[in-house]
Amino acid sequence: MFDDRSPIYLQIADGIKDDVLSGVLKEDEQVMSTNQYAAFYQINPATAAKGFSTLVDEGVLYKKRGIGMFVSPDARAKLLDGRRQRFFAEVVDPMLAEARMIGIGVDEIVAHLGERK
Amino acid sequence: MIELQDLTVRYGDTVAVDHLSLTLPTGKIYGLLGRNGSGKTSLLSVLASYRKATSGSITVDGVDPFENAGVMRQTSFIRDTLDVNGADRIAKVLDFAARLRQGWDAAYAARLLEMFELDPRKRVSSLSRGQRSSLGVVLGLAARSQLTILDEVYLGMDAVARTAFYRELLADYLDRPRTIILSTHLIEEVADLFEQVIIIDRGRLVLHEEADELRGRGVTVTGPAAAVDAFVAGRTVLGDQHLGGVRAATVYGRLAPDEVQRAQGAGLALGPVGIQDLFVHLTSTPAAGPRPQEALR
Repeated sequence: MFDDRSPIYLQIADGIKDDVLSGVLKEDEQVMSTNQYAAFYQINPATAAKGFSTLVDEGVLYKKRGIGMFVSPDARAKLLDGRRQRFFAEVVDPMLAEARMIGIGVDEIVAHLGERK
Repeated sequence: MIELQDLTVRYGDTVAVDHLSLTLPTGKIYGLLGRNGSGKTSLLSVLASYRKATSGSITVDGVDPFENAGVMRQTSFIRDTLDVNGADRIAKVLDFAARLRQGWDAAYAARLLEMFELDPRKRVSSLSRGQRSSLGVVLGLAARSQLTILDEVYLGMDAVARTAFYRELLADYLDRPRTIILSTHLIEEVADLFEQVIIIDRGRLVLHEEADELRGRGVTVTGPAAAVDAFVAGRTVLGDQHLGGVRAATVYGRLAPDEVQRAQGAGLALGPVGIQDLFVHLTSTPAAGPRPQEALR
Protein backbone atom coordinates (compact mmCIF):
# COMPACT_ATOMS: atom_id res chain seq x y z
CA MET A 1 0.00 0.00 0.00
CA PHE A 2 2.64 2.54 1.05
CA ASP A 3 6.19 2.85 -0.25
CA ASP A 4 9.42 4.45 0.91
CA ARG A 5 9.49 7.23 -1.67
CA SER A 6 7.78 9.79 0.51
CA PRO A 7 6.31 10.11 4.01
CA ILE A 8 3.22 7.95 4.53
CA TYR A 9 1.14 10.95 5.61
CA LEU A 10 1.55 12.42 2.12
CA GLN A 11 0.65 9.11 0.52
CA ILE A 12 -2.48 8.94 2.70
CA ALA A 13 -3.46 12.47 1.68
CA ASP A 14 -2.87 11.69 -2.01
CA GLY A 15 -4.90 8.47 -1.78
CA ILE A 16 -7.89 10.28 -0.26
CA LYS A 17 -7.63 13.04 -2.87
CA ASP A 18 -7.72 10.41 -5.61
CA ASP A 19 -10.82 8.88 -3.98
CA VAL A 20 -12.51 12.28 -3.93
CA LEU A 21 -11.58 12.97 -7.56
CA SER A 22 -12.77 9.60 -8.79
CA GLY A 23 -15.98 9.87 -6.80
CA VAL A 24 -15.30 6.91 -4.47
CA LEU A 25 -15.66 9.45 -1.64
CA LYS A 26 -18.68 11.72 -2.07
CA GLU A 27 -18.99 15.28 -0.82
CA ASP A 28 -20.12 15.50 2.81
CA GLU A 29 -19.38 11.81 3.21
CA GLN A 30 -17.64 10.81 6.44
CA VAL A 31 -14.11 9.41 6.12
CA MET A 32 -12.60 6.77 8.41
CA SER A 33 -11.42 7.92 11.82
CA THR A 34 -7.70 8.20 12.51
CA ASN A 35 -7.79 5.06 14.63
CA GLN A 36 -9.80 3.07 12.10
CA TYR A 37 -7.38 4.14 9.41
CA ALA A 38 -4.35 3.24 11.55
CA ALA A 39 -5.76 -0.19 12.40
CA PHE A 40 -6.78 -0.91 8.82
CA TYR A 41 -3.44 0.01 7.26
CA GLN A 42 -1.34 -1.03 10.30
CA ILE A 43 0.31 2.33 10.75
CA ASN A 44 0.94 4.62 13.69
CA PRO A 45 -2.16 6.76 14.41
CA ALA A 46 -0.05 9.94 14.56
CA THR A 47 0.96 9.32 10.93
CA ALA A 48 -2.68 8.89 9.90
CA ALA A 49 -3.66 11.99 11.89
CA LYS A 50 -1.02 14.04 10.10
CA GLY A 51 -2.40 12.92 6.73
CA PHE A 52 -5.91 13.96 7.72
CA SER A 53 -4.84 17.30 9.19
CA THR A 54 -3.00 18.07 5.95
CA LEU A 55 -6.28 17.54 4.10
CA VAL A 56 -8.17 19.73 6.59
CA ASP A 57 -5.57 22.48 6.07
CA GLU A 58 -6.02 22.17 2.31
CA GLY A 59 -9.79 22.33 2.63
CA VAL A 60 -10.39 18.83 1.25
CA LEU A 61 -11.83 17.61 4.55
CA TYR A 62 -13.66 19.39 7.35
CA LYS A 63 -14.11 18.43 10.98
CA LYS A 64 -17.33 18.06 12.90
CA ARG A 65 -16.41 18.23 16.54
CA GLY A 66 -16.98 14.93 18.31
CA ILE A 67 -18.30 13.21 15.19
CA GLY A 68 -15.45 12.95 12.73
CA MET A 69 -14.13 14.20 9.42
CA PHE A 70 -16.07 14.72 6.21
CA VAL A 71 -15.34 15.55 2.59
CA SER A 72 -15.74 19.29 1.94
CA PRO A 73 -18.63 20.19 -0.40
CA ASP A 74 -16.27 21.93 -2.84
CA ALA A 75 -13.38 19.48 -2.47
CA ARG A 76 -13.79 17.77 -5.84
CA ALA A 77 -14.10 21.04 -7.76
CA LYS A 78 -11.02 22.44 -6.02
CA LEU A 79 -8.95 19.32 -6.60
CA LEU A 80 -10.00 19.16 -10.24
CA ASP A 81 -8.97 22.76 -10.71
CA GLY A 82 -5.56 22.12 -9.17
CA ARG A 83 -4.96 18.94 -11.14
CA ARG A 84 -6.00 20.62 -14.41
CA GLN A 85 -3.51 23.41 -13.81
CA ARG A 86 -0.76 20.91 -13.08
CA PHE A 87 -1.69 18.69 -16.02
CA PHE A 88 0.12 20.78 -18.60
CA ALA A 89 3.17 21.45 -16.44
CA GLU A 90 3.54 17.90 -15.14
CA VAL A 91 2.18 15.70 -17.93
CA VAL A 92 2.19 17.58 -21.25
CA ASP A 93 5.42 19.58 -20.93
CA PRO A 94 7.62 16.57 -20.04
CA MET A 95 6.03 14.68 -22.96
CA LEU A 96 6.90 17.53 -25.33
CA ALA A 97 10.45 17.60 -24.01
CA GLU A 98 10.77 13.87 -24.64
CA ALA A 99 9.24 14.28 -28.12
CA ARG A 100 11.68 17.03 -29.01
CA MET A 101 14.60 14.93 -27.83
CA ILE A 102 13.68 12.01 -30.09
CA GLY A 103 12.62 14.14 -33.04
CA ILE A 104 8.84 13.87 -32.92
CA GLY A 105 7.23 17.13 -34.02
CA VAL A 106 4.17 18.75 -32.48
CA ASP A 107 2.23 18.18 -35.73
CA GLU A 108 2.87 14.47 -35.47
CA ILE A 109 1.59 14.45 -31.88
CA VAL A 110 -1.51 16.42 -32.83
CA ALA A 111 -2.20 14.00 -35.70
CA HIS A 112 -1.83 11.08 -33.30
CA LEU A 113 -4.20 12.66 -30.80
CA GLY A 114 -6.64 13.49 -33.60
CA GLU A 115 -7.03 9.76 -34.30
CA ARG A 116 -7.97 9.20 -30.65
CA LYS A 117 -10.87 11.64 -30.60
CA MET B 1 7.85 12.60 29.66
CA ILE B 2 11.19 10.86 30.00
CA GLU B 3 14.34 12.96 30.00
CA LEU B 4 17.88 11.67 29.73
CA GLN B 5 20.69 14.11 30.31
CA ASP B 6 24.25 13.29 29.39
CA LEU B 7 23.69 9.66 30.34
CA THR B 8 26.70 7.36 30.46
CA VAL B 9 26.85 3.65 31.31
CA ARG B 10 30.29 2.13 31.72
CA TYR B 11 31.34 -1.44 32.47
CA GLY B 12 34.96 -1.23 33.53
CA ASP B 13 36.75 0.17 30.49
CA THR B 14 33.81 -0.43 28.17
CA VAL B 15 31.53 2.52 27.47
CA ALA B 16 28.10 1.12 26.59
CA VAL B 17 26.17 4.41 26.61
CA ASP B 18 28.18 7.52 25.87
CA HIS B 19 26.89 10.93 27.04
CA LEU B 20 23.44 10.43 25.60
CA SER B 21 20.68 13.03 25.94
CA LEU B 22 17.12 12.33 24.87
CA THR B 23 13.63 13.67 25.52
CA LEU B 24 10.73 11.28 25.04
CA PRO B 25 7.23 12.76 25.32
CA THR B 26 4.60 10.47 26.84
CA GLY B 27 2.23 8.29 24.84
CA LYS B 28 4.14 7.51 21.67
CA ILE B 29 5.46 4.30 20.12
CA TYR B 30 9.23 4.58 19.79
CA GLY B 31 11.52 2.41 17.73
CA LEU B 32 15.02 2.03 19.17
CA LEU B 33 17.42 0.89 16.48
CA GLY B 34 21.06 -0.01 16.83
CA ARG B 35 23.45 -2.76 15.89
CA ASN B 36 24.45 -5.53 18.25
CA GLY B 37 26.58 -4.05 21.01
CA SER B 38 25.48 -0.50 20.23
CA GLY B 39 24.22 -0.02 23.81
CA LYS B 40 20.49 -0.58 23.24
CA THR B 41 19.94 -2.96 26.15
CA SER B 42 22.10 -0.87 28.51
CA LEU B 43 20.08 2.21 27.60
CA LEU B 44 16.77 0.36 28.03
CA SER B 45 17.93 -1.04 31.38
CA VAL B 46 18.45 2.51 32.64
CA LEU B 47 15.10 3.62 31.18
CA ALA B 48 13.45 0.76 33.08
CA SER B 49 15.54 1.49 36.21
CA TYR B 50 17.00 -2.01 36.15
CA ARG B 51 20.36 -0.35 36.56
CA LYS B 52 21.78 3.01 37.55
CA ALA B 53 23.70 5.09 35.05
CA THR B 54 27.41 5.64 35.72
CA SER B 55 26.84 9.37 35.25
CA GLY B 56 24.19 11.70 33.91
CA SER B 57 20.55 11.75 34.88
CA ILE B 58 17.17 10.28 34.00
CA THR B 59 13.77 11.56 35.06
CA VAL B 60 10.33 10.10 34.38
CA ASP B 61 7.67 12.81 34.69
CA GLY B 62 10.18 14.88 36.60
CA VAL B 63 11.28 12.31 39.18
CA ASP B 64 14.20 9.90 39.40
CA PRO B 65 12.61 6.50 38.70
CA PHE B 66 15.31 4.41 40.37
CA GLU B 67 13.79 2.43 43.27
CA ASN B 68 10.73 4.66 43.03
CA ALA B 69 7.81 2.30 43.67
CA GLY B 70 5.23 4.56 42.07
CA VAL B 71 7.11 4.77 38.76
CA MET B 72 8.23 1.14 38.79
CA ARG B 73 4.69 -0.19 39.22
CA GLN B 74 3.92 1.54 35.93
CA THR B 75 7.03 0.27 34.12
CA SER B 76 7.37 -3.04 32.27
CA PHE B 77 10.67 -4.13 30.79
CA ILE B 78 10.61 -7.32 28.75
CA ARG B 79 13.99 -8.59 27.70
CA ASP B 80 15.59 -11.74 26.42
CA THR B 81 15.92 -13.35 29.87
CA LEU B 82 12.21 -12.77 30.69
CA ASP B 83 13.22 -12.46 34.36
CA VAL B 84 10.95 -15.33 35.42
CA ASN B 85 11.58 -18.62 37.17
CA GLY B 86 12.09 -21.32 34.53
CA ALA B 87 10.63 -24.02 36.77
CA ASP B 88 7.31 -22.18 37.07
CA ARG B 89 4.29 -22.93 34.93
CA ILE B 90 2.99 -20.12 32.71
CA ALA B 91 -0.16 -19.78 34.85
CA LYS B 92 1.97 -19.07 37.91
CA VAL B 93 4.13 -16.56 36.04
CA LEU B 94 0.97 -14.69 35.03
CA ASP B 95 -0.43 -14.79 38.59
CA PHE B 96 2.80 -13.26 39.82
CA ALA B 97 2.68 -10.54 37.17
CA ALA B 98 -0.94 -9.80 38.15
CA ARG B 99 0.14 -9.15 41.73
CA LEU B 100 2.98 -6.82 40.68
CA ARG B 101 1.18 -4.85 37.97
CA GLN B 102 -1.71 -2.67 38.98
CA GLY B 103 -2.91 -2.38 35.39
CA TRP B 104 -2.76 -6.15 34.72
CA ASP B 105 -5.65 -7.40 32.59
CA ALA B 106 -6.06 -11.14 33.23
CA ALA B 107 -8.74 -11.61 30.58
CA TYR B 108 -6.53 -9.93 27.99
CA ALA B 109 -3.58 -12.11 29.06
CA ALA B 110 -5.74 -15.22 28.60
CA ARG B 111 -6.78 -14.06 25.14
CA LEU B 112 -3.15 -13.42 24.16
CA LEU B 113 -2.10 -16.88 25.44
CA GLU B 114 -4.73 -18.42 23.23
CA MET B 115 -3.68 -16.32 20.27
CA PHE B 116 -0.05 -17.43 20.63
CA GLU B 117 -1.18 -21.00 21.36
CA LEU B 118 0.57 -21.07 24.72
CA ASP B 119 -0.60 -23.71 27.20
CA PRO B 120 -0.75 -22.13 30.71
CA ARG B 121 0.10 -25.50 32.26
CA LYS B 122 3.49 -25.62 30.55
CA ARG B 123 6.66 -24.81 32.44
CA VAL B 124 8.70 -21.87 31.16
CA SER B 125 11.79 -24.09 30.88
CA SER B 126 9.99 -26.35 28.39
CA LEU B 127 9.10 -23.55 25.96
CA SER B 128 10.77 -23.11 22.59
CA ARG B 129 12.64 -19.88 21.84
CA GLY B 130 9.64 -18.48 19.95
CA GLN B 131 7.19 -19.51 22.68
CA ARG B 132 9.33 -17.79 25.32
CA SER B 133 9.25 -14.65 23.21
CA SER B 134 5.47 -14.92 22.87
CA LEU B 135 5.21 -15.22 26.67
CA GLY B 136 7.30 -12.05 26.89
CA VAL B 137 4.80 -10.28 24.62
CA VAL B 138 1.91 -11.48 26.83
CA LEU B 139 3.68 -10.18 29.96
CA GLY B 140 4.53 -6.89 28.28
CA LEU B 141 1.14 -6.11 26.77
CA ALA B 142 -1.21 -7.44 29.48
CA ALA B 143 0.59 -5.37 32.15
CA ARG B 144 -0.72 -2.27 30.36
CA SER B 145 2.10 -0.26 31.96
CA GLN B 146 2.40 3.45 31.26
CA LEU B 147 5.98 2.75 30.18
CA THR B 148 6.30 -0.51 28.26
CA ILE B 149 9.76 -1.47 27.04
CA LEU B 150 10.11 -4.44 24.71
CA ASP B 151 13.71 -5.36 23.96
CA GLU B 152 13.86 -7.54 20.84
CA VAL B 153 10.89 -9.56 22.02
CA TYR B 154 10.35 -11.17 18.63
CA LEU B 155 13.40 -13.50 18.78
CA GLY B 156 12.55 -16.95 17.47
CA MET B 157 8.97 -15.99 16.67
CA ASP B 158 7.87 -17.08 13.21
CA ALA B 159 6.39 -14.61 10.71
CA VAL B 160 2.81 -15.50 11.71
CA ALA B 161 3.45 -14.93 15.41
CA ARG B 162 5.31 -11.68 14.72
CA THR B 163 2.46 -10.37 12.57
CA ALA B 164 0.01 -11.25 15.36
CA PHE B 165 2.25 -9.42 17.83
CA TYR B 166 2.43 -6.23 15.71
CA ARG B 167 -1.36 -6.24 15.14
CA GLU B 168 -2.04 -6.75 18.83
CA LEU B 169 0.47 -4.09 19.88
CA LEU B 170 -1.14 -1.49 17.62
CA ALA B 171 -4.71 -2.47 18.49
CA ASP B 172 -4.03 -2.28 22.22
CA TYR B 173 -2.12 0.98 21.86
CA LEU B 174 -5.05 2.49 19.93
CA ASP B 175 -7.36 1.47 22.79
CA ARG B 176 -4.99 2.53 25.56
CA PRO B 177 -2.31 4.95 24.38
CA ARG B 178 0.85 4.70 26.47
CA THR B 179 4.59 4.99 26.00
CA ILE B 180 5.96 1.95 24.22
CA ILE B 181 9.63 1.54 23.35
CA LEU B 182 10.47 -1.26 20.98
CA SER B 183 14.02 -2.23 20.13
CA THR B 184 14.40 -4.20 16.96
CA HIS B 185 16.54 -5.30 14.03
CA LEU B 186 13.53 -6.14 11.88
CA ILE B 187 13.01 -2.51 10.97
CA GLU B 188 11.09 -2.98 7.75
CA GLU B 189 8.43 -5.07 9.50
CA VAL B 190 7.56 -2.55 12.17
CA ALA B 191 8.67 0.85 10.87
CA ASP B 192 5.08 1.84 10.03
CA LEU B 193 4.09 1.42 13.69
CA PHE B 194 6.68 3.83 15.06
CA GLU B 195 5.89 7.45 15.70
CA GLN B 196 9.53 8.26 16.38
CA VAL B 197 12.77 6.48 15.66
CA ILE B 198 15.90 6.62 17.78
CA ILE B 199 19.10 5.31 16.24
CA ILE B 200 22.12 4.74 18.44
CA ASP B 201 25.58 3.60 17.44
CA ARG B 202 28.51 2.86 19.74
CA GLY B 203 26.55 4.25 22.67
CA ARG B 204 25.86 7.56 21.00
CA LEU B 205 22.72 9.09 19.62
CA VAL B 206 22.83 9.16 15.81
CA LEU B 207 19.32 10.32 15.12
CA HIS B 208 15.98 10.93 16.87
CA GLU B 209 13.20 11.82 14.43
CA GLU B 210 9.61 11.32 13.40
CA ALA B 211 9.67 7.93 11.67
CA ASP B 212 7.55 9.14 8.79
CA GLU B 213 9.97 11.99 8.08
CA LEU B 214 12.70 9.44 7.34
CA ARG B 215 10.85 8.11 4.33
CA GLY B 216 12.26 9.83 1.27
CA ARG B 217 15.06 11.25 3.41
CA GLY B 218 17.67 9.14 1.67
CA VAL B 219 18.04 8.97 -2.10
CA THR B 220 20.18 6.72 -4.24
CA VAL B 221 21.61 8.55 -7.23
CA THR B 222 22.78 6.24 -10.02
CA GLY B 223 24.39 7.09 -13.35
CA PRO B 224 27.66 7.89 -15.16
CA ALA B 225 30.28 8.45 -12.48
CA ALA B 226 31.17 12.00 -13.60
CA ALA B 227 27.52 13.09 -13.59
CA VAL B 228 26.93 11.52 -10.15
CA ASP B 229 30.10 13.17 -8.83
CA ALA B 230 28.87 16.58 -9.98
CA PHE B 231 25.37 16.08 -8.56
CA VAL B 232 26.37 14.81 -5.11
CA ALA B 233 29.16 17.33 -4.57
CA GLY B 234 28.55 19.13 -1.29
CA ARG B 235 25.95 16.60 -0.06
CA THR B 236 26.27 14.05 2.71
CA VAL B 237 27.08 10.77 0.98
CA LEU B 238 26.24 7.80 3.19
CA GLY B 239 27.11 5.00 0.83
CA ASP B 240 28.84 4.45 -2.46
CA GLN B 241 29.04 1.72 -5.07
CA HIS B 242 31.00 1.64 -8.29
CA LEU B 243 30.60 -0.70 -11.24
CA GLY B 244 32.67 0.14 -14.28
CA GLY B 245 31.88 3.75 -15.14
CA VAL B 246 28.67 3.74 -13.14
CA ARG B 247 28.40 5.14 -9.63
CA ALA B 248 25.52 4.67 -7.20
CA ALA B 249 25.71 7.12 -4.31
CA THR B 250 23.30 7.19 -1.38
CA VAL B 251 22.81 10.76 -0.24
CA TYR B 252 21.13 12.01 2.91
CA GLY B 253 18.48 14.71 2.65
CA ARG B 254 15.30 15.19 0.70
CA LEU B 255 15.66 16.49 -2.86
CA ALA B 256 13.64 19.55 -3.88
CA PRO B 257 11.53 19.19 -7.06
CA ASP B 258 13.97 21.28 -9.10
CA GLU B 259 16.85 19.08 -7.93
CA VAL B 260 14.92 16.01 -9.03
CA GLN B 261 14.46 17.61 -12.44
CA ARG B 262 18.11 18.55 -12.63
CA ALA B 263 19.14 14.97 -11.78
CA GLN B 264 16.81 13.52 -14.37
CA GLY B 265 18.01 16.05 -16.91
CA ALA B 266 21.57 14.88 -16.27
CA GLY B 267 20.54 11.29 -17.00
CA LEU B 268 20.65 10.17 -13.38
CA ALA B 269 18.26 7.62 -11.89
CA LEU B 270 16.88 8.34 -8.41
CA GLY B 271 15.80 5.55 -6.09
CA PRO B 272 14.16 5.61 -2.66
CA VAL B 273 16.02 4.50 0.46
CA GLY B 274 13.90 2.77 3.11
CA ILE B 275 14.28 3.27 6.84
CA GLN B 276 16.08 -0.07 7.06
CA ASP B 277 18.65 0.94 4.43
CA LEU B 278 19.05 4.36 5.97
CA PHE B 279 19.76 2.65 9.28
CA VAL B 280 22.38 0.40 7.69
CA HIS B 281 24.10 3.38 6.08
CA LEU B 282 24.01 5.45 9.26
CA THR B 283 25.47 2.73 11.47
CA SER B 284 28.08 1.09 9.27
CA THR B 285 31.59 2.40 9.49
CA PRO B 286 32.68 4.14 6.32
CA ALA B 287 36.19 3.38 5.06
CA ALA B 288 37.13 7.04 5.26
CA GLY B 289 35.60 10.36 6.17
CA PRO B 290 33.58 11.40 9.17
CA ARG B 291 31.31 8.95 10.95
CA PRO B 292 27.70 9.45 9.88
CA GLN B 293 26.60 11.03 13.14
CA GLU B 294 29.27 13.67 12.73
CA ALA B 295 28.35 14.20 9.11
CA LEU B 296 24.69 14.78 10.03
CA ARG B 297 25.41 17.57 12.44
